[in-house]
Amino acid sequence: MSAPDGVLVVGASAAGLAAVEALRRKEYRGPITVLGAERHLPYDRPPLSKQVLAGTWPPDRARLRPPEVLSTLDAEFVLGDAAVGLDVPARTVRTASGREFTAEAVVVATGSRARTLPGQDGLAGVHVLRTLDDALALREDLLAGSRVVVVGDGVLGTEIAATARMMGLAVTIAGPQRAPLAYQFGALPAQLLAGLHTSNGVELRLGAGVTGLSSHEGRVTGVCLETGEVLPADVVVVAFGAAPAADWLAGSGVPRDNGIVCDSRCRAAEGIYAAGDVARWHHETLDVLLRLENRTNATEQGIAVAGAILGEDRPYTPVPYFWTDQFDVKIQVHGVLGADADVTVVDGDPAEHRFVATYRRDGVVTGVLGWNMAKQARLLRQEIGKSVLVGGKS
Amino acid sequence: MKVIVDQEKCCGAGTCVLLAPDVFDQRDEDGIVVLLDEAPPAELADVVREAASVCPGVAITVNE
Repeated sequence: MSAPDGVLVVGASAAGLAAVEALRRKEYRGPITVLGAERHLPYDRPPLSKQVLAGTWPPDRARLRPPEVLSTLDAEFVLGDAAVGLDVPARTVRTASGREFTAEAVVVATGSRARTLPGQDGLAGVHVLRTLDDALALREDLLAGSRVVVVGDGVLGTEIAATARMMGLAVTIAGPQRAPLAYQFGALPAQLLAGLHTSNGVELRLGAGVTGLSSHEGRVTGVCLETGEVLPADVVVVAFGAAPAADWLAGSGVPRDNGIVCDSRCRAAEGIYAAGDVARWHHETLDVLLRLENRTNATEQGIAVAGAILGEDRPYTPVPYFWTDQFDVKIQVHGVLGADADVTVVDGDPAEHRFVATYRRDGVVTGVLGWNMAKQARLLRQEIGKSVLVGGKS
Repeated sequence: MKVIVDQEKCCGAGTCVLLAPDVFDQRDEDGIVVLLDEAPPAELADVVREAASVCPGVAITVNE
């Protein structure tokens, strides 16, 4: 396969930018256009719930690349104009402003959008956190508020809770799990995370579903639980998951099922590829359709798509990775954990808030979690996929 | 090629070390990046550029 006449990247965030950079590193010289729904130059999302929300970084510090580095990519960035439709045979993307862009290869990297509660739209004091503008609006309300409820006991919800607590607010986390991240981490790290939050003054109100919001004169006053209890709040953050931003492809013929369904080369149709949060592709090693909403996947899959566009015939089979920083704890996760895995502490000591644990299924290591032991966790990453005959602390 | 790392942005993934162990390492105590070679040889240029692109904390800058 020869290099395409032009590449159109729909989405100007981590996945889209990684695809562009990789195309140029691989010496693709054709025209590249990048469409971004937001008006901002490409920026990084993980700092939004931490440094940007806390105000310790000005928004510019979260830029993915300085403008002068972006300009060396020789790509046209069309920002502030969302894609609204795709003609697959013609490979033409239509935007909200009515413009049309056509290229021989199209990369869909439109990410995901925050799930919302019924009735939250238009209610003052209620936020999601997905974009830079979301983060700045939430920060403004946190600075003026005193009591925040975070709806969501996953990575994003707990990070926002930690940041808000460090900003001095009274913080409650509401969510369905017994402990934060219990489904992903299993009991031990989830209990430690619960302890980290409560010892820092965060109130956990877990194990009860959220049914809605209470409000007065257009402003939120609380979060309603299925128990009938109402958690009072002057600010509410809804952070209970994201949905792939693929609605704009309705009727296009691009296969969608919890994301854009792709083959093992991240290809959804002839000349159409997907990368990042929006892509659900066939992971050949795990033999499943997988959609990953993490920062590392955005970049790695963008790079993989660049290779596929240029004719490299390699399946995309990453070891998933994410990290989270909360209070003084840095957690690293390589591979796949899960509440049903056999968990063994192999280095350090949970009592000392510094350890590495391996996760096994049927004797095979599926994942590694590091708690304030980032390097040691990374060194064990190579064990993923291997059988372990002798468990226990070495 | 000159490599610059921003330790405040480093998230401790170790992706750079996996790609270019002669150029990057991590501190034992907290996993933060340590730059071993700020002017790596030409044969490592491609892999160092890839490390900068792939760094999940956007902590690596390469000046050509």
